[in-house]
Parts: sequence; C-alpha cells; structure tokens
Amino acid sequence: MVNGMKTFSKGGVHPAGHKELSNAIAIRNAEVKGTLIFPMSMHIGAPAECLVQVGDEVNEGMLIGKAAGFISANIYCSVKGVVKEIKDIYLASGMKTKAVVVETAEDFKPGEVKFEPSDWEKLTPKEIVDKIAAAGIVGLGGATFPVNVKYSIPPDSKVDALVINGVECEPYLTADHRLMLEKTEQLFTGMRIIAKAINAPKIFVGIEANKPDAIQKMTEFAEKNGGDIEIVPLQLKYPQGDEKQLLKAVIDKEIPSGKLPIAIGAVVSNVGTVNAVYEAVALGKPLYERVVTVTGGGIKNPGNYLVKVGTKVGDLVEQCGGFTDDAVKLIMGGPMMGFTFSDLDTPVIKGTSGILVLSAKEAKKGQRTACLQCGRCLKACPIGLQPTKLFKKINSGKYADALKLNLMDCKECGCCAFVCPANIPLVQGFRLGKRMAPKPPKKG
Amino acid sequence: MNNNFIIESSPHLHHPDSTSRIMLDVIIALIPAGIWGVVVFGIKALVVIAVSIIGAVLGEYIMCKVFKKFTLADYSAVLTGLLVGYNMPPAVPLFIPFLASLFAMLVVKWAFGGLGCNWMNPALGGRLFVFFSWTSYMTKWSAPCTNFATIDAVGGASPLGFVKTGMMDFTGSVSGPIEYMKQAGYEVGYMDLFLGNISGCIGEVSALLLILGGIYLLYRKVITWEIPGAYLLTFAVFTWVFGGLKFTHSLFTGDVLFNLLSGGLMLGAIYMATDMVTTPLSSKGQIIFGIGCGFLTFLIRFYGSFPEGVSLAIVLMNMAVPLIDRFSKTRVFGVEPVKKGAKK
Repeated sequence: MVNGMKTFSKGGVHPAGHKELSNAIAIRNAEVKGTLIFPMSMHIGAPAECLVQVGDEVNEGMLIGKAAGFISANIYCSVKGVVKEIKDIYLASGMKTKAVVVETAEDFKPGEVKFEPSDWEKLTPKEIVDKIAAAGIVGLGGATFPVNVKYSIPPDSKVDALVINGVECEPYLTADHRLMLEKTEQLFTGMRIIAKAINAPKIFVGIEANKPDAIQKMTEFAEKNGGDIEIVPLQLKYPQGDEKQLLKAVIDKEIPSGKLPIAIGAVVSNVGTVNAVYEAVALGKPLYERVVTVTGGGIKNPGNYLVKVGTKVGDLVEQCGGFTDDAVKLIMGGPMMGFTFSDLDTPVIKGTSGILVLSAKEAKKGQRTACLQCGRCLKACPIGLQPTKLFKKINSGKYADALKLNLMDCKECGCCAFVCPANIPLVQGFRLGKRMAPKPPKKG
Repeated sequence: MNNNFIIESSPHLHHPDSTSRIMLDVIIALIPAGIWGVVVFGIKALVVIAVSIIGAVLGEYIMCKVFKKFTLADYSAVLTGLLVGYNMPPAVPLFIPFLASLFAMLVVKWAFGGLGCNWMNPALGGRLFVFFSWTSYMTKWSAPCTNFATIDAVGGASPLGFVKTGMMDFTGSVSGPIEYMKQAGYEVGYMDLFLGNISGCIGEVSALLLILGGIYLLYRKVITWEIPGAYLLTFAVFTWVFGGLKFTHSLFTGDVLFNLLSGGLMLGAIYMATDMVTTPLSSKGQIIFGIGCGFLTFLIRFYGSFPEGVSLAIVLMNMAVPLIDRFSKTRVFGVEPVKKGAKK
C-alpha cells in the first residue's frame, strides 16, 4: 500500500503514535542518587540467587545475583554503594520478588569502572553465547527472556535469518528509535556478533515507516558496510513488533501455533538487546543500564534516558520535571501492553522500555455498553481469534471451551479491546481466562 | 510513597469510536434523505418520523425501567425510531408508526435482552408487523411535490408497485419497466428515481442522498463494503440475467438501474442490512449474508406477491446469521486448517 512497504496481513490497529513527544530528543544520562533497588527476578525463568548481604560494599558492574538454572539471568549492581536492605518488593507487573536495596556512595562517579574489551571476531559461537549469558542479557523489548537460551540453537535446528526488531510499535516509546539513530555502528557490530553466535546467513532489520530518519541512517550504513544486513521498511501497524507479526512481515513466514521462531528458522532480537550484546561481547560490559523513554502527557519534560537498572521511577520522573497536575496513570512499558503501577519506589528493570504517564485526557475511557456484534475485534485480531465469542465463554466460566477457540494463541496485544466501541475489556478477560483455564496437554 | 494512580490492565489507549458515536454517525448519514422526504411529501412526513422516534424512545424507556438499565444515551432507540419512520408511507395514520416503533423496541429488541441481543433488525421487525397488520394503509402512497402532476395521475403508485400490479396480466413485449410505465401513462425517468422524484416510503425515495450517507458511513468505518457490496451486486446480477424475462422474454435484458434505484433497496442495503447486531461478525460471513439478501430480494420482487422484498429478505437472512457465523470462522495464525475428524 504505502510505497509498497511490507507488513503483516491479518488484523492490526493504528493507535495514535504520540512519538513526537520524545523522538527528537537525544539520549541523555540519567542522574544517579539515593537508593536503588535490584530485584532478583526481572527476567523470565528462575529468580537469581542473591550473592550479597546487608552491609556489603558493592560497585558498578558487580555481580550481585547469580543465574539459578538454565533459564535465569545474572544481575549486576549499577552503582557503587552499600547494601542497605534485602526485602520483598512488587514489580510493576504485580510480581513479588526478593530485591537488594543499595544506598549509593557519596563519591560514586558513573563510568569509573573499566571493563575489558575483547576481539569478538576471534571468539567462537559458544564463547559469544557464554559472554552474553555472563552479562545477564535478557530480551530488552519487554519479554525479558534470557537471550543466551534463545541463542543456544538446538542441534536439530538451523537458522536461516536473524531478524532484528526495530519496529517499536508501541505508541509513545522512542528508545529503540534513538538507539538506531545514535548507536548505528554499535548496533551493526552487535548484529554481526549475534549472527556469528547463531550462525545466521542473513540479517534483516524491520523498521516501521514512522521512523524515516532511522530507516535512512540504517540503510545508508548498511550500504556502506557490505550487503549482509538488509533494512526492511515496514508499514505502520500495531502489533508489528510482536515476533509473529514481524516475521510474517519481514520474511513472510508464519510461526506455527505454540512454537518458537526457530521452528521456521528465524531468531528475533530487539534493537536494545543488540546494543546490550555489543556492549557485553565487544566491550565486556554487563547489562546494568538501558535506554528508557520517559514520556506522556503527564510528564513535564519527556525524553530518552540512559538509566541505571534499579533506579526508582520516582527519581527518574523527578529529573523529567515531575508529573503534570493532570497525570492519572503511571505505566511501565507502552500504552498497549504496559503495566500500571502506583508505587514511585518501583525500580526500572532490564525490560523497562518506557515510563509512560498519561494525563486525564489521554487516559479517558468511554462508557461500557452491550456488545454490538460489530465484528471489529475479529477484524483487528492479528491472530484470527474471535474475541467476542471467547469473551462470552470466559465470562460464563467456560474456560475449556475458550481453550478450544485457541485462547492460548492470544498474545494479549490488546487490539480487540482497543477497537471495541462497546469498551468491553476483551483482552483483560483473556488474561483472566488464561490463568483460570485448565492447563493444556504439552504439545509434541 | 503511594499515589492515587489508576491501576488497570492494558491497553491504556482506546480507539475514539464508541457505541453512541456509531449510532450517531448512522443518524447523521440518514438525515439528508429524511430532509428530502419532508421536502417532497410535506410536513406530514416529519410528523410521521417524529411519532416513530417518540414511540421507539418511549419503548426503550419503559424497558429501561423494567430491566433497571440505562441505555437511552446510546442513541440506538432514536436510530430505530428514525428507520421505522423512514419505512412508512407519508400518509400513514399516526398510530401505525407509533405501534411499529413500540413493537420494534418491546418485542423485537427487548424480548431478547436489549441492545446487542436481538436477532432481528428492530426497525424491520416493526415495519413488517404493521405491514402485515395494516397492509392497505402501508401501501397507500402519496405523490412527491416535485413530480406531482405525473404521479398523482396514477393514484400516487410507487414505480415498483405500479409495474408489479400491471405486469400481473401483461402478455405483450416491452423493453423494460420504464417503457412499460410510459405506455401506461406513468412517465418516470432514471433521474427521477435517482434523485427521488417518485412516490414511496418517506426515507427511501432519494437514492442519491442515501448513497451519499453510505459513503460517509464507509469513510467513518461504521459500515464496511462487504454487506452493501455483496447485496447490491448479487441483486444486480440476478436482475440483469433474469429480470427482463417478463418484459422482453429473453435472458440478460433486466433493467438493473431501475431495480437498484427504486423501492427500499438503497435504504435496506446501506442502513438496515448493515445493522451490526443482526449481521455476521467476519468479512466472509458478511459477504455470504449480503449475497443471501440480494438473492432473496430478487426472488421476492420478481416472483413474490409483494412488489418490494427488501425488508423480508433482510429479516430472513437475520435468521441465518448464527448459522453463517458458525461456518465462516477465520483461520487462526500459525494453525493449518484442520480437516474434520483429523487428529490435531
């Protein structure tokens, strides 16, 4: 349609982008002060094993949580200071976890600790994956799955394509956009490191049309530096950043229901993850800081910040001029799939792509009415589910019936609830349904 | 430190459309055709529309009291009343639109649970109820002031009705309905049909204004092309192939334009067959629904005993919606179509 750009075929919606609030603002270093909080579980899998005790001295880049098991991730301290407390906290997602509270030292200067760079081209794939695992890297797009597990390709599988996710389809967020503009070279190195680790013959980068400057810069860089990386401009459509939709758009293949991308010979990584891989493997720096977009009508001065993991959201918001008077909703992540929370002591974690504060006007919701059977949810669902029918089943407690309607294929992108003119909490109901449903038998 | 931020599950953004906005859009799209009806049929047409709306809102109000809900604000009752009014002949005694609207609300809509639960289009249900109860009143037409001399001379008959009655014992051969009417002294051209210089129900006469309203609804995405497109196309094809048999005694001679522009087809195809509540959910289902409506309208108009078949065709297809929905499932992403009986 638009300039013949690619996109995925089924469903999708077009929420207003609001990216102009922050997409022209360069990444700045966020200030570090006071206490920081390091949850021992900020990834999918087993919580890390805490290595420190109250009173211990810690430093920037020091390992304080050790991966406990295969699917788990190391956790590093991001500041110099003293462990003040170890306690249970709640993350923005509502998950309860053990956390290390560190009081920053008066004389802490970020960046004083030096790491040991390595010549990644001499490393074997196994060594690269080990370095990534040691650095505690998880999927920074929000999924927080330990990437060393993803990059450990099973012996019976073969990778045809590494697809880099530069889509950033969530409205408001601009962290990945800024990374592509400001760290183009590092990202290209990062992509090649990953491609080597997983033995991928081809690299694609999907970028949505609302980032023309990033598409241009990345394309020019790709042309100048050999033809192994292809930049694929994509039509604007949510949820293109989901790996199912991204792979359909970029390489026109469908991940079979219940399977991972590797089932169709693809590995997907987010731009932020690529940056973290670059820093870990080429620079030797573990993952303890990331780019976060702080934005929304409820924030006085929106912007993009390089934030130390563990920074309290309240401290970060304060640096952005604080809340406006009509701020009503505090969200970790984007507006379509992010989590609301109210505790300003909630820490920024590895998967935090944005802190979004919505004003009363932005968060306005319509009145709920009866379902009109308009079918808009069916047309919006990128998976081809029948949200209105699913919702009725779940609403009447028929969870097993909902499973038969492919409830488990729902990835909670929220397109259905976004379009519903009757304001029915469809995806919210599916989340409930997934928890209540009897566990399905393991597939093949 | 805790603040009073709203805690709820995502998504936190919403498309600006709402139920009331959709209803309001349909009302907006219908207004020009109604104004035209009032202009050509006089102030009595406005009274009929007003009484229909009052009847519908009263019906909704009564049921809101009974069920202790408040649904008047979604404008759906106003819309039903408006559609009932548009489906009335201008000279109808006022108790008829009032009863039609009450029937639409109390029986067709609320007996099944109110908005979103009824299986039949309420306005059409109301119209059919009074049509079969007071058929003579419902088929008594008035000539429009813009074409009064010609049409009053034939007792105000609507083109469709005139042709249907006349063709009952017609054995000769003419090129089509326009020619036939001309020979019988009823001179109406395509332009009259298109603009609305004909007799008929208050809101159905001006095909032009109804189509313009339809374009607005398509633009606002309140309706999609599937139902009106499939409906009109199917009807046009059948009319073209078989519609000329009675006039010229050969196939492929039907007067498509005459049949598309006359009667309640535009009002039905654009505004009533697209009622969300009583139509299929998926694109595929909507196309099947449209084809069914087109075929049934053709059958009733050409082979039924009534000149007009739009209302009946849509209501008959309304009944088939659960069945259509069941057989027009969409394919789930990443799932190959599974054959019946095959192991999953």
